[in-house]
Amino acid sequence: MSLFLVVALPFLGALLPGLLNGAGRKVCAGTTFAVTLTALIGLLSNLPALLNGEVVQARVDWLPGLGMNMNLMMDGLGAFFACLILGIGLLIIAYARSYLSRNDNMGEFFTYLLLFQGAMVGIVLSDNILVLLVFWELTSLSSFLLIGYWKHLPEGRQGARMALTVTGMGGLAMIGGMLILGNIAGSYDLSVILTQREAIQADPLYVPALVLILLGCFTKSAQFPFHFWLPHAMAAPTPVSAYLHSATMVKAGIFLMARMWPVLSGTPEWFYLVTTAGLVTMVLGAVIGLFKHDLKALLAFSTVSHLGLITMLLGTGTAFGAMAAVFHILNHATFKAALFMSAGIIDHEAHTRDIRRLGGLRHLMPVTFVIATIAALSMAGIPFFNGFLSKEMWLEETTHTYLFGPEWLVPALATFGAVFSAAYSFRYIGHVFLGEERHDYPAHPHDPPAGMWLPPAFLTVLVVVIGVAPLLAQPAVKFVTAAVLGGVEEVPGAYLAIWHGFTPALFMSVIAVVGGLVLLALFTPLLKLWDAAPRPEAKTIFEAIVEAFARLARDTTQTLHNGAFTQYAGILALTIVAAGSHAWLTGSDAGPARDASPVNIIAALGWLALILATAFLVIKHRNRLLALILMGIVGTVVSVGFAFFSAPDLAMTQISVEVVTIILLLLALNFLPDTTPSESSLGKKLRDGIIALAGGAATFVFSYHLLLREAVTTPISEYHLENSYKGGGGTNVVNVILVDFRGFDTYGEIIVLGIAALVIFALTETLLGGPVRARLLNRVPDKPLAGDRHPLMMVVLTRVMMPVVLMVAVYIFLRGHNEPGGGFIAGLVAAIAVVMQYMASGFAWATERQRYPYHGIIGAGVLVAGLTGIGAWFTGHEFLTSSFGYFRIPPMEEFELASAAAFDLGVFLAVLGAVMLSLESFSRLARRAHVEDSEYAMDIDPSREDDAAATATALNPGKEG
Amino acid sequence: MEFLVASAIGLLTAAGIYLVLRLRTFPVIIGTSLLTYAVNVFLFASGRLTVGAPPILRAGVDSYTDPLPQALVLTAIVISFGMTAVVVVIALGAYLGSDDDHVNDAPEEEGTP
Repeated sequence: MSLFLVVALPFLGALLPGLLNGAGRKVCAGTTFAVTLTALIGLLSNLPALLNGEVVQARVDWLPGLGMNMNLMMDGLGAFFACLILGIGLLIIAYARSYLSRNDNMGEFFTYLLLFQGAMVGIVLSDNILVLLVFWELTSLSSFLLIGYWKHLPEGRQGARMALTVTGMGGLAMIGGMLILGNIAGSYDLSVILTQREAIQADPLYVPALVLILLGCFTKSAQFPFHFWLPHAMAAPTPVSAYLHSATMVKAGIFLMARMWPVLSGTPEWFYLVTTAGLVTMVLGAVIGLFKHDLKALLAFSTVSHLGLITMLLGTGTAFGAMAAVFHILNHATFKAALFMSAGIIDHEAHTRDIRRLGGLRHLMPVTFVIATIAALSMAGIPFFNGFLSKEMWLEETTHTYLFGPEWLVPALATFGAVFSAAYSFRYIGHVFLGEERHDYPAHPHDPPAGMWLPPAFLTVLVVVIGVAPLLAQPAVKFVTAAVLGGVEEVPGAYLAIWHGFTPALFMSVIAVVGGLVLLALFTPLLKLWDAAPRPEAKTIFEAIVEAFARLARDTTQTLHNGAFTQYAGILALTIVAAGSHAWLTGSDAGPARDASPVNIIAALGWLALILATAFLVIKHRNRLLALILMGIVGTVVSVGFAFFSAPDLAMTQISVEVVTIILLLLALNFLPDTTPSESSLGKKLRDGIIALAGGAATFVFSYHLLLREAVTTPISEYHLENSYKGGGGTNVVNVILVDFRGFDTYGEIIVLGIAALVIFALTETLLGGPVRARLLNRVPDKPLAGDRHPLMMVVLTRVMMPVVLMVAVYIFLRGHNEPGGGFIAGLVAAIAVVMQYMASGFAWATERQRYPYHGIIGAGVLVAGLTGIGAWFTGHEFLTSSFGYFRIPPMEEFELASAAAFDLGVFLAVLGAVMLSLESFSRLARRAHVEDSEYAMDIDPSREDDAAATATALNPGKEG
Repeated sequence: MEFLVASAIGLLTAAGIYLVLRLRTFPVIIGTSLLTYAVNVFLFASGRLTVGAPPILRAGVDSYTDPLPQALVLTAIVISFGMTAVVVVIALGAYLGSDDDHVNDAPEEEGTP
């Protein structure tokens, strides 16, 4: 079976339990089991090739540009871990079927479990470190779901959050490390990286990469000082703990250290970091573990301790250490999974995991007793159980390891840790199963159904078989070790055996076992001592750190984001000026390359008008109508300026937009106060003035500088000028750029414009649907209204002008491709023609005569433009490629037809619709209750004519219309 | 001529920033409009100033001004209308809804979260 399928199966299968939840628990668990079994069989089907010395591969390009490809490979190490993950996964699934109560959502559980399983298999089979990182993060996420599975338990939620925070941070660090590593090696493929040992270790970035990657490994594998999350993750259901903390999640860090062993190990940095962390973790975990009263907490710290042991073995950098590590990974997975499951059984049957409330269970739960005892003796390192073998190899290795200080330090510390390790294993047997039978168990314990004890029993069989006949495991261990070593070192000749003679390791083992028994005998006084000793509580420290960061983030946010928009604008302006000034002061300058063009008297007059209008605008801005008029002057000068500097299209656009903008703001001013009150103190005005002058000065200097220099590189405009006629069929280059060269851009623009208009419509509708409506309807105008709402002259003029203006719009539209004009300008001009009717003849009159809704016009515009673009597909071109041709219909002149014209029609319609929809929405706000909509234009308010008539109108409203 | 255009851009920016820093919605809207002028003229000017050479191809003429900034500014002008309209309707809604056209939130009382 392809490796892709092996990795994909758990992910695909994860859909099933959730969907089959209704079909019952048996189906749910059965499906999950079947999925995992299929993946395992698929994995094993690759074994023959592997044993022939091949490295099984499956490769697919995913993002080749980034070097991120879905490359999978299976060598001895990958296969070993994948077998552990899937094999123990099978046992866990069977166990969880009986463990979960009827109140637990089994489908959800198995979905998370399969997601997690898939992510783990992905990690161990990845041949690309970027893909590996993706799976790595997936395990963090899916383990979060699993640990927090019992959402009603606060410990579960906190534990899950802590695990995610710690492993997630480690993952982030690892991303950095992996990227550095990939850069050094020139490839993100593991198979390439693993051959670059010399290059990587000689690189100056080796140490940062190593530290970052180790951060990822240490957080995942709960190495000191990141060990604290693991015990808190014990709030998870026991099958999760058994799975995550025996064979999978925490072994991911170990796996990665083993995977990277050929390139990263062997340096002093690696040795001191990894060995020290491992040794400290081993001793610390063993000591704390002895004094835990919760069965799972005891096992959690023992896991921490054993992970430290394996880490230390990998840290020594010797081939023998690597082999011992591989062997202990296997042994630890078997006995620890069995122990966790037995703890789950006790919890399930006795309804407590507190050792102080247990004891004397050996007669009540004989099967569990046997299972737990075998597994615990293996953990203690008793001969004829597998734990003894690898532990002795570890002790052997410590006698050759010299870390800071005297030679005896490492072996002594290791023996010290091993004593405690033996002690907590014996405590697990002695305080739970041995001793007097009690009568105050929370529930009467008995052996569980076979579904729960068979999986751990199977594991204990392995424990004993390997323990008695280690030669059976030897070929596999050596095979995997060869993969870890990656050809850097020879596989050691040492063989796995129970008896190696009277070696120092044997004496250390004896000391550990005897010491463990002594410690257990002295347990009560020791516990008093332990309870009295001050200890830092990791959870409190962690929460204090998290809280400190949260407070920092909150304070920063609240200070910067306090709702004072003026402040944001000021900070923004100053920041931009500061950043620009920095670039200005640190950059280099070639001096002016262009001569300033001579000043023309008309230009100077226009400039003067603009300066004066702007200055007055600032001084007089409290008078809002005046401000609007002055803004109109500024806009007009700007558009004249465009015309002057060879931009006729811009001039036409600016002047049309100016008209609609002023109309829009006038409509708005209808509702807003006429004046702006003076609120700022002189000091504040001065401060704002300084900010404004700084911004103005910066833009002035920058613009002036820019205008006197040539472009840094050749502008692409040359290309546009050259190809406008040949390729686009038009002589107005600006228009050809809009509808052809940058047509996709324009397409986006008209869509944005349409969306803006729809937003305005929606907001107006919301306003009119809410409490504002009543207020608007009963609004009394704050200024006197004109006597004739629709002046005769204006009505007549606008109606006469309407066809003329529309004709102009059509003309501008048609000439647009070759002369100044085009869809944008034509749309604006047509909109102005229609708006004039609204202004002159009234909203009601104009609405009555409007045939097509403006939304529809926007939609039609976007549709026409889009369809024109799609049309290019039929001629085998890409989206929006324009085509044109010349036609001749006698007796007319030859004329040109371009698909760009259809696109421009779309632009025209969208602009027209958007402008009209915005303005119309504003006008709707202006309608009032006590003023009748007049169907007649040219209506005259009779109240100005004589008072009598006014009274009559008031008594009989509506008659006059 | 370059000095005139650059100083106009600078003045429009300064006036725009000053008005944006006012406390009521209407001057802020006018201020953003002035900033829009400044930005559009600046973008346009990045094609450098040329008099009497519009980018309309003519036989026998081989010197034209840079057309690309013009095309970019043209759409920017139209879009800025749309954005102004959206800001105006938001300002109007706020004013009509609460009878208050202040730009800033009222400062929170001490002690409230």
